[in-house]
Amino acid sequence: MNIRLQTKSPRVGVKLAENKLTAGKPTEKLPLPEEVILPLSQHIGAPARATVKRGEKVLTGQKVADSERPVSAPVHASLSGEVSSMSVLISPPTGQTIEAMVIKSDGEDKWVELAPAKDVASLSNEEILKKVREAGLVGMGGATFPTQIKLMPPKEKRIDTVIINGSECEPYITADHRLMLEYGEEMLKGVDLVRRVLNPQTVFIAIENNKEDAIEHLEQLISAANYPFQIVPLKSKYPLGAEKTLVKTILGKEVPIGGLPMDVGAMVQNVATCKAVYDAVYLGKPLIERIVTVTGAVKDPKNLLVRLGTPIKNLIDYCGGMTVAGAEIIIGGPMMGIAQFDLNFPITKGANCILVKGAQVFSERDCISCGRCVDICTMGLMPTLYPKYVKKGRYDECKAAYVDNCVECGACTYGCPANIPIVQYIKIAKKELVRRAAKK
Amino acid sequence: MMPDKAIMPADELPIAPGPHIWRGLSVKKVMYFVLGALIPPMAASIVFFGLRAFLVIMTSLVFSVGTEWVAKKLRGKPFVMDGSALVTGLLLALTLPPTMDLWMVAVGAIFAIGIVKEAFGGLGHNIFNPALGARAFLTASFGIQMTTWIMASSADAITAATPLSNSFVWSSRYAAKMALYWDMFLGNRAGAIGETSALAILIGAVVLIAFDIIDWRIPVSYALTTIAIMAAFGEDPLIQLMAGGLLFGSVYMATDYVTSPITHTGRVIFGIGCGLITAIIRQFGGLPEGVCYSILVMNAAAPLIDRYVKPRPYGLKKAVKNAA
Repeated sequence: MNIRLQTKSPRVGVKLAENKLTAGKPTEKLPLPEEVILPLSQHIGAPARATVKRGEKVLTGQKVADSERPVSAPVHASLSGEVSSMSVLISPPTGQTIEAMVIKSDGEDKWVELAPAKDVASLSNEEILKKVREAGLVGMGGATFPTQIKLMPPKEKRIDTVIINGSECEPYITADHRLMLEYGEEMLKGVDLVRRVLNPQTVFIAIENNKEDAIEHLEQLISAANYPFQIVPLKSKYPLGAEKTLVKTILGKEVPIGGLPMDVGAMVQNVATCKAVYDAVYLGKPLIERIVTVTGAVKDPKNLLVRLGTPIKNLIDYCGGMTVAGAEIIIGGPMMGIAQFDLNFPITKGANCILVKGAQVFSERDCISCGRCVDICTMGLMPTLYPKYVKKGRYDECKAAYVDNCVECGACTYGCPANIPIVQYIKIAKKELVRRAAKK
Repeated sequence: MMPDKAIMPADELPIAPGPHIWRGLSVKKVMYFVLGALIPPMAASIVFFGLRAFLVIMTSLVFSVGTEWVAKKLRGKPFVMDGSALVTGLLLALTLPPTMDLWMVAVGAIFAIGIVKEAFGGLGHNIFNPALGARAFLTASFGIQMTTWIMASSADAITAATPLSNSFVWSSRYAAKMALYWDMFLGNRAGAIGETSALAILIGAVVLIAFDIIDWRIPVSYALTTIAIMAAFGEDPLIQLMAGGLLFGSVYMATDYVTSPITHTGRVIFGIGCGLITAIIRQFGGLPEGVCYSILVMNAAAPLIDRYVKPRPYGLKKAVKNAA
């Protein structure tokens, strides 16, 4: 069987300058911070509730917050020390407040006793899923949906194809790239666990062809361990890593509007999530750290292994500080990342990148109907319509024009000659439609 | 456990919504690209028609920009030198006969910007292509001036028929025909200032398409439709392609973003529509040339095309099937 398949390319999308400054830089361990700020909701779903008290001593890896609601994920102490306070963080860009626990480090990093699985081969699916849940796993590509829920599709949805997403299509970010190179073996073991749970016919690992070294490395590992996985190299194009675009590019199938990939028998999992599945099952280790790319206008861009809850300031300082004044600090990539107003905001489970970027000021002009946004849109929409509708308050027309189909990738806005922040208008429309639906 | 304090922002960082990068192709750049692509036909016009062409072009440019400035002041909007008024002024000048009185050119420029563009709300809101709207207005107002043509490079400016007029006699002899093709290709013929040189227009077209400024679908579908129909009527397709304003109109006028459809399919329909009307006017109309009117008619149809020709949203087909 051929491990490496033919390179695929999506029909639409946009070619971006990659700027993968840190692709060749091995991951470094960031020194432990003095304190970590752990938001109790680092996932989609019900927020977790604190299970330890103020002043209590905690060990690294100890569960400090949990929820009984099905769609949720526990939070673990990412260093040992004392719970010093409970705080409220303001989450950009919505301004919503989230509860967060502050743990002061004792500097010793004493771990709880981990319970590695003695015989992974004999674990039942239920046991694997339980370990995934207890480790607090969420989708680490940014969506942060609780992993064990995603791995339990309803019975009638048979998963034929699992796509492991290592495409990393946003410019600058190299966290997944480094993970595949440095933790390839662990990641593939994680992928195999996912395969065991879902029992699909095919497992594809999708990687953009700007990461040739990662493709070759995984190819060797797969052939050495004789895994039934196939690598699909993808021509680098944005937003190829978006689930629905990925499904269409690889399988040629479209996920129905409002549906999930499982509706066409597919499931997409991020590579970092798979590595975390390995940690959770083989080592019994909860999700308390992740790889973060620190890049852009910093003195020395790096890939860092960071304890969750570390303030972004620590990462930037470790990389020699910012090289431009008045720069934007973005968590995530340049396309979908969110600008932060506070350097003390912590790294969370879904944060794959800190991008420091000189801020630009644009003024919006009238649309000249050039059609670039329509050409670019991978979701087959006419993005130009939404700003026009929103400005007039015609939200129903946004809905009729399938605004909910938008994945907010930002490609339309990137290419707009009139500098219309189209995605922002779309977000406004979606929010207003949700508000109106809730009112009814 | 209740929160005991809020972590307030300690730093004042600039924030902006994503995406945080931009392709960098602004409206202004697009306009200057178009102006750049108009240099070849403009240069050809000055070579063939000399000072007359230059004066017509300058008059049109000055009055276009001036009118834009006045209109913005009257409307209380900021005047931005984004090049769009220059494009309109240059396009208008290049569609006029070189013998046009300069005050008439000025009237045309004022009409293009003042009425066709700004009165409808300015760039992005106009229904009709401003330059073509003004050209139609000038044809209605100054019929004789607008249809008096001189041969290119004729020192004494004798009036001549354009190759599309009835009085133009075709030579059937091969050598003469080749010479005619060659003259038309280079631009050594009677016609509007900028439309005579097929070569210059093709250079501009290649630049615009190569830099992704215009969609090739419009000029290609437009020109092919026209010459296919005219060939069916027994006309010489090459002459039909190079005569009149077909090349100029299909490359520079029909591709105007604001007044053409937004989708690929819509643009093909638009181009075919333009070609059809042009051929009908050429074959049956009382006018020698139909490019201007055909594009104007299709401008009016563009919003309708956009209303009915839309891309299929990702995942739509499946949803319908499931619902059924």
